[in-house]
Amino acid sequence: MSETSIHTPNPEMPEPLEASRLTGDATAADIESIRTRTSVFVYEWPVRLWHWVNALAITVLIVTGYVIGKPLPSMQIAEATHQFVFGYIRFAHFAAGMIVTVGFFGRIYWAFVGNSHARQLFYIPVWNKRWWKEVFFELKWYAFLEREPKKYVGHNPLAQTAMFFFMTLGLTFMILTGWALYSEGAGQGSFADGVAGWVLTLFGNSMIVHSVHRLGMWFILVFMIIHIYAAIREDILSRQSMVSTMISGTRTFKDDRPE
Amino acid sequence: MGQSDGQIETFYDVMRRQGITRRSFMKYCSLTAAALGLSPSFVPKIAHAMETKPRTPVIWVHGLECTCCSESFIRSAHPLAKDVVLSMISLDYDDTLMAAAGHQAEAALQDTIEKYKGNYILAVEGNPPLNEDGMFCIIGGKPFVEQLKHAAEHAKAIISWGACASYGCVQAAKPNPTRATPVHKVITDKPIIKVPGCPPIAEVMTGVITYMLTFDRLPELDRQGRPAMFYSQRIHDKCYRRPHFDAGQFVETWDDENARKGYCLYKMGCKGPTTYNACSTVRWNEGVSFPIQSGHGCIGCSEDGFWDQGSFYDRVTDLTQFGVEANADKVGLAAAGVVGAGVAAHAAVSALKAAQRKTQDKKEEA
Repeated sequence: MSETSIHTPNPEMPEPLEASRLTGDATAADIESIRTRTSVFVYEWPVRLWHWVNALAITVLIVTGYVIGKPLPSMQIAEATHQFVFGYIRFAHFAAGMIVTVGFFGRIYWAFVGNSHARQLFYIPVWNKRWWKEVFFELKWYAFLEREPKKYVGHNPLAQTAMFFFMTLGLTFMILTGWALYSEGAGQGSFADGVAGWVLTLFGNSMIVHSVHRLGMWFILVFMIIHIYAAIREDILSRQSMVSTMISGTRTFKDDRPE
Repeated sequence: MGQSDGQIETFYDVMRRQGITRRSFMKYCSLTAAALGLSPSFVPKIAHAMETKPRTPVIWVHGLECTCCSESFIRSAHPLAKDVVLSMISLDYDDTLMAAAGHQAEAALQDTIEKYKGNYILAVEGNPPLNEDGMFCIIGGKPFVEQLKHAAEHAKAIISWGACASYGCVQAAKPNPTRATPVHKVITDKPIIKVPGCPPIAEVMTGVITYMLTFDRLPELDRQGRPAMFYSQRIHDKCYRRPHFDAGQFVETWDDENARKGYCLYKMGCKGPTTYNACSTVRWNEGVSFPIQSGHGCIGCSEDGFWDQGSFYDRVTDLTQFGVEANADKVGLAAAGVVGAGVAAHAAVSALKAAQRKTQDKKEEA
């Protein structure tokens, strides 16, 4: 293996893409690129499914949640008995909230039975000195102080930190406060009350729980902005695939240099 | 409560003495059974308890408060049995209602404590201020906190009447200069029943006392120590305007057409969805009305720290508990704006850097 490459080309291989080359579709540069690109399978299907279901459910939660706190102008469609507009908005919010809850528990389960990348979301290796060094490297990359980023199979250390605080802790907070608020309607002695009723007592006044739950919504929204931007930017500027990795599960590296 | 030494009359004796007919007495028993969520078979049990058991000796003390709790149940147009129950239980010691005054009154308190040691119920209206050794509230020449601790020492149980005793209410609102402190934070070794509200509903107050007399135990309490039969549901859950909430029909401004139609007051900052109380079922002044029925939102007076939850007229209220004069939407929108602008700027710089690099690479190649 050469010093500058992790890729060992097959010397016996005939010229690739013969048909494509002869029709003028593949250029010499294309073929060179194919030879140096490498890929690795990272995200198993439950992780990818969770990501997209979660994304959809959170979008629904943010839209309906915003409208629940600041309702739309009053509507006069039918007599109140036959009109259930706000009721359906709340239903959508509760349903999406339950999907997020079930999904989150499923995701925790998959952290145990899935591959090692499925565990990255749930911890940050603060005890690992080298990991901290990589966090600072990544910060420098985002501050335009590094010319070239590094290659990562799973999350880069900065992304891992963001995921841990916004998703693992953020979602836990939103699920707990959300279920506490749901328990108010479900009533004392209900399942929701049994699992999350204590949160209301912890905050003392349900109004505070409403306020922090709404603040949490903005927290998640801020995460969405950063997350989507970082994913697209990395996809374009970094040395690996990002967006398609969450669809196919495969991470493609654009070059075959070792670091 | 159970032991009869022959000296204490029953509730029924006192009622009859005060001219309450048996018919009104039975009415009271059935109404109370209904209010407590008990089946009709409990009506004779309540009646039997009130006829045979010695009345509950109660010491009623007043700390920092406005006496609205007392006003709530003594201001009644008709001499109903509930008024008798309440004025009757306060006979032993209640510095607002009793005839005695001065040293005589304080002697009555001491007598009651000695006579019913371990058997009386201590009802507390208001709360003790703890700053300056409690000097902001003096009863009989001593700080109220001392009287409270003294009376609580031999009490069987304590009832915290109203938002003051339960949570602190207005005198404990920020910045709470006198350090007014709710009863359960001063007395920690006695069972305490919180009956919050500013004031609590009269029927709720009599219901709690009657339950304790009938069953010889405290009513079932929720996590916050409130009687579950009255405080387990929000005003919102039983509100007669709830269909308009579910329909998405709200009062948009005061005195608009929707207000006249009696639509939901949610957008006007009604705290019904965050307030646990029985107003929308029991109502006030013998079931005449309650705030929402009168066209004004609930202000959440039976909730912990309701003065410190921002405006009574906003749905998304200011986050005063974090010392921020802005609501969640303002904070969130500002954060999202800053992050969004940061992302846009970062993207622009990234694009420029990438373009610059490309030209450099080309130069190097050339």
